[in-house]
This record gives sequence, C-alpha cells and structure tokens, in this order.
Amino acid sequence: MEITLNGVKVQVEEGWTILDAAKFYGANIPTLCYHEGLSPYGACRLCVVEIGRGGRSKLVASCLHPVREGLNVRTHSERVVKARKMLVELLVARCPQSKILQDLASSMGIEKVRFKPKYDDCILCGLCVRMCEEQMDAKAIGFVSRGVKRRITTPFDIKSEKCRTCGACMYICPACQLRCQGPKADTVLCSGCLNISPSCLEKYEDTMCYMDPCVACLKEKEGNKKDVKKKN
Amino acid sequence: MEKIGSPLELEKLTKSIQGKKKKEKAFISICAGTGCRASGSESVIDAFKEEIKFLGLQSKVRVKVTGCHGFCEKGPIVVIHPGAIFYQNVEKEDVLEIVSETIIGGKIIDRLLYVDPTTGKKITKESDIPFYNKQRRIILGNNGKIDPTNIEDYIAIGGYSALSKALFRMIPEQIIEEVKKSGLRGRGGGGFPTGRKWEYCRNAKGKPKYVICNADEGDPGAYMDRSLLEGNPHSVLEGMIIGAYAIGSKVGYAYVRNEYPLAVKHLEIAIKQAEQYGLLGKNILGSGFNFSVQISRGGGAFVCGESTALMASLEGKPGEPRAKYVHTVEKGLWNKPTTLNNVETWANVPIILNKSANWYSKIGTEKSKGTKIFSLVGKINNTGLVEAPMGMKLHEIIYNIGGGIPNGKKFKAVQTGGPSGGCIPEKLINLPIDYEKLTEAGSMMGSGGMIVMDEENCMVDVAKYFLKFLTEESCGKCVPCREGILQMAEILEDITKGNGKSGDIELLEEISTVIKDTSLCALGGTAPNPVLSTIRYFRDEYNVHIKDKKCPAGVCQALIQYSINAKKCIGCGACLKQCPQEAITGEKKQPHTIDPEKCIKCGACYDACKFDAIKRE
Repeated sequence: MEITLNGVKVQVEEGWTILDAAKFYGANIPTLCYHEGLSPYGACRLCVVEIGRGGRSKLVASCLHPVREGLNVRTHSERVVKARKMLVELLVARCPQSKILQDLASSMGIEKVRFKPKYDDCILCGLCVRMCEEQMDAKAIGFVSRGVKRRITTPFDIKSEKCRTCGACMYICPACQLRCQGPKADTVLCSGCLNISPSCLEKYEDTMCYMDPCVACLKEKEGNKKDVKKKN
Repeated sequence: MEKIGSPLELEKLTKSIQGKKKKEKAFISICAGTGCRASGSESVIDAFKEEIKFLGLQSKVRVKVTGCHGFCEKGPIVVIHPGAIFYQNVEKEDVLEIVSETIIGGKIIDRLLYVDPTTGKKITKESDIPFYNKQRRIILGNNGKIDPTNIEDYIAIGGYSALSKALFRMIPEQIIEEVKKSGLRGRGGGGFPTGRKWEYCRNAKGKPKYVICNADEGDPGAYMDRSLLEGNPHSVLEGMIIGAYAIGSKVGYAYVRNEYPLAVKHLEIAIKQAEQYGLLGKNILGSGFNFSVQISRGGGAFVCGESTALMASLEGKPGEPRAKYVHTVEKGLWNKPTTLNNVETWANVPIILNKSANWYSKIGTEKSKGTKIFSLVGKINNTGLVEAPMGMKLHEIIYNIGGGIPNGKKFKAVQTGGPSGGCIPEKLINLPIDYEKLTEAGSMMGSGGMIVMDEENCMVDVAKYFLKFLTEESCGKCVPCREGILQMAEILEDITKGNGKSGDIELLEEISTVIKDTSLCALGGTAPNPVLSTIRYFRDEYNVHIKDKKCPAGVCQALIQYSINAKKCIGCGACLKQCPQEAITGEKKQPHTIDPEKCIKCGACYDACKFDAIKRE
C-alpha cells in the first residue's frame, strides 16, 4: 500500500495507523495519550495530521486513523501546527505544573497562555486507566462523571479491592512529573528552555535538552530564525 | 388475537377495522401529548370519560386519547368529530358544556374556538387554522387520528401496509433503491442520505447486523421525537422493520431517553401489540422474516445522542464517542455492521414506500427532500410542533405558522439546531430552510429545534447559555471539547460580567477553529457554532459588551442599570410596590428614584411601569 507522507510517496502496510507509518519513516508527531503498549484512545488530539487534498482536507487523530491506499498525509501543515499549539496551550492552562506539558509548550514555541490556569493535577489522558486495565489486568480505576466534572478515581472513591498498589498508573502518568523548579516555577508558562540559552554544546558534543535539534543553541549562533529554518 | 399470517389477512383486517370505524361516527380526540398534559389535559380526559359514562353514551361516542397535535400553545386541545371542531385551552369545567351542547346538541361553543389574531375571526375547523393549514403534516398529521396505545387505530389508517409491500412485493435492494431515490436524509442532524447508509450496511461484511432507533433527543427545547414516539410509535416501528429487512438484520434496539417515560411506555405497548399481531417477532406476516426490537433506556447524557456514544452505552459501557474512521455501518454496535437512524427518519420510511419515492421527492428542495418537524419555541405566539416541507422560508415558519412575536416585540434571531446549531439573524429571514442553506448560514438542521428570540435577548448571553450547557454535557474525553469549551464559556462569562478584553472575540474565533478541527466527535465539532454564528451576525453586540461595558438588550445584569425618567414618572407607586429590595423611594404623585446601591437589577419595576418611565441601559 502506498501513501503520501509529507509529499513523499512511501510504502506502508495494511493495518497500520497513520502514526505507525509516520513513526516508521521518522516523521515526529507529538503524542500525549498514546502509548505503544496500550490501545489507542484518541483523546489528547496532539497527534492530529491533515489528510486529503485542497478544500476537502481535514484533521484526524493519527493514532486511530488507519492508512488507506493513496492517502495524502501532512504531519506538520500550518493548520496542524496551529491546532497543536492551541491544544497544548489549553493543556498547560489546565495543568501548569506538568513538566511534559511545559516541555511540549517550549518545543512548539508557545510564548504565552491566554487562558485562566486551573492548576489541576490530571490531564485526563486516560493512560493510567488503560494501563491498569490492559497491562495490569486490574481495572481498579476508571473515569467518573462527564464534561468539566470528569475525573479518574476508584469505584465509589474508596480503595479498590482490585488495586495491588503496583504503581503502574503513576509510572505512566505524563502529568505527575513536576516541571523544573527554577526561578519561574510558579508562572503558568515556563518557556525557560526557550529563553535561557543552553550551554550544553559548550560542555558536550551533543545537545542535551529535548529539542531536536536544539533550536535555542542555533538561535544564538545564527541569530536569525529564518536561517535556522533553512538549515533544517 | 391470532397472528396475521399473510398480506391478504392484513388487508382483510384493515378493511374490517375501517368498516367498524365508519360506523362510529362521533368521537372526541383529546391531545395527551407533553404540552397538553402539562396544561392539564389528563383531568379533561377523565372528566370526558366520566360524563360520557354518566350519560350512557359509551357506545355512541368514543373518547380517543391521542398523542401531540402540535399546537401546544393552545393546549389542552379537544377536537370533536364528525366536523373536526377544534376547541382550545379546554378546562375540565368546560367538559359538561361541550358534551351537552356540541356532542348532544350539535351546537358550537364560541368561546372555546380559536381566534385568528390577524382577522379577529373565530375558526371552527382544525384544518382551517393557519397554524395547521400552512403546514404539510405527512408525519405528524396522524397523531391526532390515532390512539397510540391501540394498534388497530394505526392499522385503520393504512398502517403496516408499507411493511407488507416491502416483504412481499420488493426485494431488499429495491427498498434501498426506493429510499435512495426518495432523497430521504437523516433527521437527527447530520443529514446523511438514508438509502446510502442502508446500502453500505447491507454490503458490509459481518454478522449479525443491527438497526438502532436513536430516540435520545436532548436538545433544549426540542421534543419532536418524543411526540412521535408518544403519539405514533407504530410508524417508527414499521420503519425499523422495513429497514431491518432491507439491510438484513434480525435485531433492533430503540435507545430512548429515560426522561421520556411516556414514550418508553407507548413504545413498549406498541412492540407488544405488534408481536401479538404477527407484525414483529418470528415469521413476520408469514414471510419467514424474523425481527425483534428491544428498548434500551438512556441515562440522561446529551452526548449519548451521538451515534458511537449511543452504541457504547447500549453495550453497557460509559457513553463516550469513539473515532468513526471506520464507519458504524461497517463496525458499529459490538463491532458489527449497524444502521442507526433517528426517530423521525424511521417514521418517514413507511410513507415513502406507500406513496412512492417519486411522490416523496417532489416535496422539498433539490438536495433536501420531504418534510421536517421543528419544535417552535421561545418568543413566538404559536409555540408547538411544526411540520414544514424542506425549503420553506424562515419567514413563513415564524410569521404564517408561528404567528409572529408576542407583545409586538421585534424579531431578532432564531436559534436552530440546538446547542450545536447557530443563530440566524433577521436579515436572513427569507432563508429557505434545508440542510445546505442552514449550514451555509453558520447553523445546522440539527434535530429541528427552533428557538425564536426577540429584541430583549442578548446574543452574548445566548451563546454563553449554550456553551455552559455543553461544558456539562461534553463527555470530557478529548481535550479540545472539554478544555476548549470550558475556556470559551469562561471568556463569555467575563464579557457578560463586564470583564471583556479587546482580543477576546479573536481568541474565541481562534479556539473555535481548533475545536471544530480537532474534536473527537460531532458534539465538539459543532459546539462552537452558537458562538461563531453570533459573532458573525452580532459582532457589534459583542463589541458593545467589551468596549462600552453595556448590554444593549438589557440582559447581562452586571452591565445594566435601572433609573427613572422624572419627566415620564407620574408617581403612581406601581414600581415601588414591586421592588423586592425597597430600592425605590418617592412621594405619591412625585417622580420616584432608584437607589443603585440597593437595586439588584431584577427588572420588576421595569415590567410594572405602565408609563415607560423606567430606563434600562
């Protein structure tokens, strides 16, 4: 089966999702509620990609959408990038203390959050629920309520007999890991990695931060954003 | 009752029931639909039954308790046959008079007749009332003719003849072709061509196949599906059986809101009776085709009207939608091919088969065929259920059928399609109503709710209302819908509280685009519509809220202030008596004043003043 991935015709196998194909060919799609070992869930929507051509194109969740013959996929179109930025902005507003979200925000160049912060602990990605059910075979936790009241808990909010306190839920949680506790730890948005010029390349042969490649370093050297684009 | 074993037997039965009905000339049709029940029709029914029994007229006059007649504003509605004399707002005190004067005496009681507000003339016949005669009631019209708990009433009007035709004179492909040719599209909101859906499902691999009737009508102000299930459940059931035969299904489900106990009850009775008559269950009409229907009651979640969430709920899982990249006609309920249609869509099917696709496709516009039932509510004179041919102009629905806006107020906008729809402003009053035109105008057909608004409705407040509804009713699974709608609602809240900032409108538009683009299901995909359409047509009103901190319609409490115009005030004291806060002071016959510190902006004084002296700004 052949699809067009970011303008390049590539061979894919039936049964793959778009995300599988993108991973196989090295297109880096951000994800949050996706995990290789768990069934795809399609809730965070960060993995959206644009499929179709011209006026009939639309955004779909790549973790769920199967590849089909002749599909035209753009993983980083303008529409996709704008949508992802807004989604991360909304998530940071919900849960500013999460390191993963702050990192995502920085990597996407988000410089401010225009929404009221909620300081919630959980982003409801459902990884822990699926982990508990699918890998630990326990089903000790699940979602309750809907809409803004939706949350994850044990049945009737009491300790579940099914829970073996294995800690898998905590292991997989993307929101539990606190962001770096630097000077701006109490702001809604850190963007520390964007503003502080990293010194990694002065000390190491490779960049040490999450960015791929580390834009901040290049920024300093080249001084100009456009050149960075060209270089990449 | 012996089961009907063949089409011939059904014909014979129909004829014998019709013969019996011809003999009983007089009957009283009393509406026991939702609206009329709320205005007390149950006590009227009891009174009629008692009176008829007291006079020993049971054998001559039948009291027929029917479903919704549609004209809810005038309920309880009583129609006396022969003659179809229409009495409105009947109370139990009127019953004695109606029986002695009209039924026995044959005289018409003037004060219970409908008065045409434009001509001032009294109208006797139901069919002469503009509210009814401007409609095209091919689906809803039968509600007044039948007792929904009596299958023979339905058979008498030709019920189940379409089923007999489908089973014995058509092959499934022909039925699908006929439905495709009719141009019928989903009445639940999406407007997907029904025939094509059936075809996909028939051709899909996998067994068993399922049919589902979606009766999880949750839009605020919408009650057409409810009225159909309550008033004519057999028409829905007949449609389902035909659909099941066409796609090759043996099992069907009706997913009904638990908040509709009467709809559940009437559907239960209908299923039981259809089974007794051999119209449902094993070997239907002796054709060898088996089909059964089970009722599943919803738990009160709006999102369960979405097809995949409904199926999840039917499976016993939480009612959350899932991605539809593989369509439900291929993998639906329990991952099997499933055809899900709305109540009204199913009710259209027998009519198409009876009257032919050609006949049906002549009603409506190029791409939207047939009629659509709208629930006309809000600031409108004739509140009720309206069935109009597709393509009817909004103006005709609101003024000719709806009777215009009460109290001489000015029409401002109409909100169509429920929380996922949008507001259509006055300048588009000549818009022909069909799927495409509504979508172009930034709204949608939805299930057919129409909330009419006048000059005293604030559009920012309306948008806020629907967004708040959706923050509660979103399932909360995906980020854009859960977080995005919440943030939008908060921005709107700020604007109505006087805390709006410049850039808010642009931010609302930006989030809206992303929510529409990235949401998991149609609930999120259409959720920003109320905001987008009000921004599109009433941007000035938003700007006045944000920049001038004023609410032109006088709705947003934080932005309005009441004061008394000393020139107009005659000091009658009417406002003073009404004020719950004792905020109004003044001597008799001298202009009064309002203490803004004490005023809670309830508007009681504004309503009480007959001299237009209270200013709201």
